[in-house]
Amino acid sequence: MGRERLFNLAVILALLAVPLLALALDEPFVITLATKVAILALAGVGLNIALGLGGLVSLGHAAFFGIGGYAMGILAAHAQNYEPLFSWPFLFEGSNQMPLIWLVAVLASAAAALVIGALSLRTSGVYFIMITLAFGQMLYYFAISWSAYGGEDGLSIWVRNEMPGLNTLIPIQFFGVCFALLCGALLFSARLAGSGFGLALSAARQTEERVETVGLQPFKLRLVAFVISGAITGLAGALFADLNRFVSPTMLSWHTSGEIMIFVILGGVGRLYGPVVGAAVYILLEHLLGGISEYWQIFLGLLLLGMVLFARGGLIGALLGREVAHD
Amino acid sequence: MTDTSLSPPMQPVLRVEHLSKSFGALKASNDVSLDLYPGEIHALIGPNGAGKSTLIKQISGGLQPDMGRIELLGHDVTALDTVARARMGLGRTFQISSLAMEFSVLQNAVLGALGACGKSLGFFRNVMKDKALLEVAEEALSRVGLLQAAQQRTADLSHGQRRQLEVAVALTLKPRLFLMDEPMAGLGASGSKELTGFLDQLRYEAPILLVEHDMDAVFALADRISVLVYGAVIATGTADEIRNHPEVRRAYLGEEDET
Repeated sequence: MGRERLFNLAVILALLAVPLLALALDEPFVITLATKVAILALAGVGLNIALGLGGLVSLGHAAFFGIGGYAMGILAAHAQNYEPLFSWPFLFEGSNQMPLIWLVAVLASAAAALVIGALSLRTSGVYFIMITLAFGQMLYYFAISWSAYGGEDGLSIWVRNEMPGLNTLIPIQFFGVCFALLCGALLFSARLAGSGFGLALSAARQTEERVETVGLQPFKLRLVAFVISGAITGLAGALFADLNRFVSPTMLSWHTSGEIMIFVILGGVGRLYGPVVGAAVYILLEHLLGGISEYWQIFLGLLLLGMVLFARGGLIGALLGREVAHD
Repeated sequence: MTDTSLSPPMQPVLRVEHLSKSFGALKASNDVSLDLYPGEIHALIGPNGAGKSTLIKQISGGLQPDMGRIELLGHDVTALDTVARARMGLGRTFQISSLAMEFSVLQNAVLGALGACGKSLGFFRNVMKDKALLEVAEEALSRVGLLQAAQQRTADLSHGQRRQLEVAVALTLKPRLFLMDEPMAGLGASGSKELTGFLDQLRYEAPILLVEHDMDAVFALADRISVLVYGAVIATGTADEIRNHPEVRRAYLGEEDET
């Protein structure tokens, strides 16, 4: 087993061990923190497929995170008010069942990613960053003015949604759900990176004209990557809304896009477990330094600056060095 | 023209007709016509700035000509993009290596095999364990003598090895014709000689349109040579015809041959 795989295993076991320990010591708040790490890491795993593998610097992933959040919020709000979402052409009721909510969140964010990607991917570099940012902000302002679903105040859900066979109101059980989804996404992401699609996508990031010369379409590769990426981040959004039992336009704002990107950069762009490490460090800093000063993000900024200047591979890069070629 | 080898009327694999491309007042391609027949190496030479790269780009599909047409295997491909032309069997190598530097040598070769195989890419199966692709990739690497370096990171290769890998990736495509942009550039004398020997055989698999600065290689290899000056083809002929062509001597070979 290579060093990076060993490190990854340690990271994921630690993320599992901390809430279990907290359960034993009766510290529910720590479990909530760990759940937040798992969810935000999941959002980062999504972004990492576009950013790390595809080289697509999207500053609009809050759009998918927020769409996932609103998918949960809208479905659950209708369920708790016993109002159908729509009754034509078929009756569509709200729902408080997580699997259905996830499905809607994934499909909605994938559809949004398809549209946003198809338009944004005609540009590259700074223009791509700006146009994804613009789409994210469009949705943000739309949500603010969408009074049917809370507008600026957002939507509160009274009871956490249900998962068949589990009691999601118990923090450790909800953590388990999020952790399992994170592991699934990591596994999927690893397989994707090693697949033919992953090889071609990664090549398109390194040398576009080569990919064209062997007869593959960089645009199509990137669009597919963007849709997969958006869908995973959307799933994370649905979980995040469920964690807080609240969804608001903040989830769609460009700060959120920036935060998801920070997880990826902090941990290591393109490193499979980069977002997990990044999200964990981010939440730890927020919790530890946030207690000292509300300006804790100054320290985060310094850390990020150090990472970008001295360790291009993020924390994992600084610890383990350059990634070796996949075998 | 070497009519002896072309006695039965053969279809050209590539036919470029009256191609023109201007950038402002600069005529980068000025009514260029040339063709490439099966089994031949057609060399394209010309001084720096003669418009060789512009011509190559138009043939490979990266640049649209203002006028004229390009025919590949009998089909008009003028309006098609790089990807479509690659799929039709155009195997291009680059003057400046455009390899995926983070990949291993083998991964670069597998990428070529993957693109050429025409199957869907797959999202789950490990592509580096695909036997059919590996076979194609490894065969191409061994043909250019790069199999020992298969696991090396491409960024760590020497310049000469990168040139070899360029050719190997083109081989994995199993193209119907090669479009080689200065494959000898930066190779040492021995490397250049080795590659010359290799291309000499390769022409029987697929003809080669060869852009090259190395005159020894060009005169040793080419069945026909076209000379490009200021965007226009001033002469096309065999090595001897080109050597003795007065206009070519004046425009291009003059300084070198004065001794």
